[in-house]
Amino acid sequence: MAHTGDIALMAHLMRRAGFGAGRDELEARVAKGYDATVEELLHPETQPPVDHYTLLRHQPSALLPGGVPPMGNINYMYYLVTTQRPLEEKMALFWHHVFATGNSKVDNYDQMLEQIDLFRNYGMGNYRDLLLKVAKNPSMIFWLDNNQNHGTEVNENWGRELLELFSLGAGNYTEVDVREASRSFTGWSFETKIPRLPYGRFPWKFEYRPEDHDDGEKTFLGHKGNFNGENIIDIIVEQPACARFICRHLYNFFVADEPQVPAWSLEPPRDPAAIDLLARTFHENKCEMKPVLRTLFTSDFFKNARYMHLKSPAEVVVGTLRQMGGYEIAMPGYGELSMQPSYMGQDLLNPPSVEGWHTGQEWINSGSLMARINFVAEQVGNTSLPGVQAIIKRLRAMGVLEPEKLVDSCLDLLGPVEVNANTKKELVEQAKEWGQIRWDTAANAQTATKHIGELLQLIVATREYQFA
Amino acid sequence: MAAMQKDPVLVVVQLTGGNDYLNTVVPYNNPLYRDNRKAVGIGDNQILRLDGDYGFPSFLAPMKRFWDEGKLAIMHGVGYLDSPRSHFRSMDIWHTCEADKVGTEGWLGRVVREIDPKKENVVTAVSFGPCLFRALAVPGVPVACVAGPLETYGFLPAIQEKAQRQAVLDRFSRMYTPIPGSGVMEYMATTGLDSLKGADILKVAPGKYASEIKYPDTPIARKLKGIAQVHFADLGTRVFYCDHGSFDTHAGQGPIHANLWTSVSQGLEAFMADLRAHDKADNVIILMFSEFGRRVRDNGSGTDHGAAGVTFVIGDRVKGGHYGEMPSLEGGKLVQGDLNPNMDFRGIYSTILDKWLHMDPVRIVNGTYDQLAFLN
Repeated sequence: MAHTGDIALMAHLMRRAGFGAGRDELEARVAKGYDATVEELLHPETQPPVDHYTLLRHQPSALLPGGVPPMGNINYMYYLVTTQRPLEEKMALFWHHVFATGNSKVDNYDQMLEQIDLFRNYGMGNYRDLLLKVAKNPSMIFWLDNNQNHGTEVNENWGRELLELFSLGAGNYTEVDVREASRSFTGWSFETKIPRLPYGRFPWKFEYRPEDHDDGEKTFLGHKGNFNGENIIDIIVEQPACARFICRHLYNFFVADEPQVPAWSLEPPRDPAAIDLLARTFHENKCEMKPVLRTLFTSDFFKNARYMHLKSPAEVVVGTLRQMGGYEIAMPGYGELSMQPSYMGQDLLNPPSVEGWHTGQEWINSGSLMARINFVAEQVGNTSLPGVQAIIKRLRAMGVLEPEKLVDSCLDLLGPVEVNANTKKELVEQAKEWGQIRWDTAANAQTATKHIGELLQLIVATREYQFA
Repeated sequence: MAAMQKDPVLVVVQLTGGNDYLNTVVPYNNPLYRDNRKAVGIGDNQILRLDGDYGFPSFLAPMKRFWDEGKLAIMHGVGYLDSPRSHFRSMDIWHTCEADKVGTEGWLGRVVREIDPKKENVVTAVSFGPCLFRALAVPGVPVACVAGPLETYGFLPAIQEKAQRQAVLDRFSRMYTPIPGSGVMEYMATTGLDSLKGADILKVAPGKYASEIKYPDTPIARKLKGIAQVHFADLGTRVFYCDHGSFDTHAGQGPIHANLWTSVSQGLEAFMADLRAHDKADNVIILMFSEFGRRVRDNGSGTDHGAAGVTFVIGDRVKGGHYGEMPSLEGGKLVQGDLNPNMDFRGIYSTILDKWLHMDPVRIVNGTYDQLAFLN
């Protein structure tokens, strides 16, 4: 597949490392340079944080969203749409996919948002430190029943998922290891929760209960000792399997779609050399995420992986809202907007289970495909939105547009989007039915605007557009 | 049951959020009801009596009429073992019949696959609502999901003008030519074309519709009217699905619950009247359920999540009456303060699958469950 042009490459980087970008932003970033842009993405602290107070001004209930959607979703969507730290936000979403915790059980959007904030603040730091923070996160503890993990009666839920889903992957430990890890985490609980009535929800706080802890000797992955949870984590991150597992997750999320995670113990990665490189970087840098991400985003295997990732509903919605613009204020109606990913199959803050969402092709079904296409089409067909106006303005500056040039330019400005020959032929034939696009009279300009809106809708309806 | 010339049709109305069983089918003579419902109890002067033990609140008046006609079956104490009292998990269980693990196939998706294994009719199942209900979701099984009004169902609804719309959708169809062996692209092609075909098929329905019946102007009534339109158009649709909510009345239950049920029951009244007026009621039954009931004792303003609930089946072929028994309200007999389920929901499904849709229920609901007699 051709990857001509710095704009196309930058668009690819921004789609993957963030949620996409419009043409103005792409040109500015190209001027700055690819590697410099990667560095900026890796240093979110150089950009201002999300303006939380403006969110609360328009959606005061987003302060403590409590129990029922869409209040928690509004808060999260606002951050996704307005962030000037795209990679920080994308990494938070990445960890939300991996450390999948669902509001269906937690039943507390305040706590769920706090967990996302944890991923924002520590997601690009050290993986070992992050894992330890996750082990102490009250939402996670509750979600995986570790508050019911007692020295006198061990509950293996957290211990198992820690190994299977959060660090090593199935096949890289034994049932005995699960048991011993679980024993080591006994006592990792939270302070007795204040009842919800009559004052509503109170924050949860981690509490270590030494009297509940099994102090005995454990044998874990060949090591012996009176391990506590922290020791288990230290042993885990030393395992080569851990580096490979986490890096395969990064590959699946940022580079190209792998099979679903349960198949990973059976099916090898599509690009073993890429995983090796990332895992080596992970290991050499003692679990620091930034060097791994830097290696990833500057690699050839990344730069060549155009459109090998089927967009998640979050990417479909957030990418569109950011590019089309006009959604920087959480005005009335934001609730419905923030539920859109749910209608497409991804209820943010509420994955269906600790395994997270099934990604790639499995995002598509007869309901979600129509939802995805119609939502994006509604946005790009709305010629009053700033992003659409920006596209029209650029097209207008090109003067009279012949059908083929119109199609090429729209594909270019919307993405750039690459489509196959058949799709291109259909788009050009559609444009030919309209004839030239002219701006010389008010009537012609109006017709031009109308047809451009329709062409943009047709482009976002293509199969190719479902990929990033 | 007399043989029908037409294929049996199932309409599912999901009451999302956990409908309060005790304030829907009120045990008005039971002193424990009054004791536990000091704040939200339905007053005696508001009760429409079904018999000496149970009554409907006045806002279920249309349901009372179905009862009087003998066309309403009330299933008591419905649920399953170890209810998690979580909306999402519980709804998942009702949708996938898998109580112990995360199910991946919806029971109605399986039904569609049984009815139409070769996908000859992409509108075998039509759902009215913004997303595909998990009950209908089985990979590869097409379901038409009508998110907005039926009149504008289809891709790219913003392109309104008729000739242009047709041109654009033709384009869409040609762009979606399947390329065998292309993996995801082919899968999307099939899905896209199925949806397009479904939209094409369904779009004739509103135009063919003519009726004297006035539906109320509520979201649920609009969905039911959409269902009627598709049903009357004889498109071969066998499964319809829609929902209304939220029944999650933790606070301010009084007016909220009343409003919800007024909408639902008036919508159903118009729907049944419409079906009967067109002589298209006798091959339709309506299954109405919620993912759980609510706690026996109110919380001062509303009620919290419970376990056992009530399920209704309505239809001209339904044998009306009480089925099963309301679980005891006595403190010692409750589970975590909630009514203990004594009827597994999969028994209701099995009855419908076996006696109405004429298919083997065991494969669909993952087991054998006692059936009930409401379709005898």
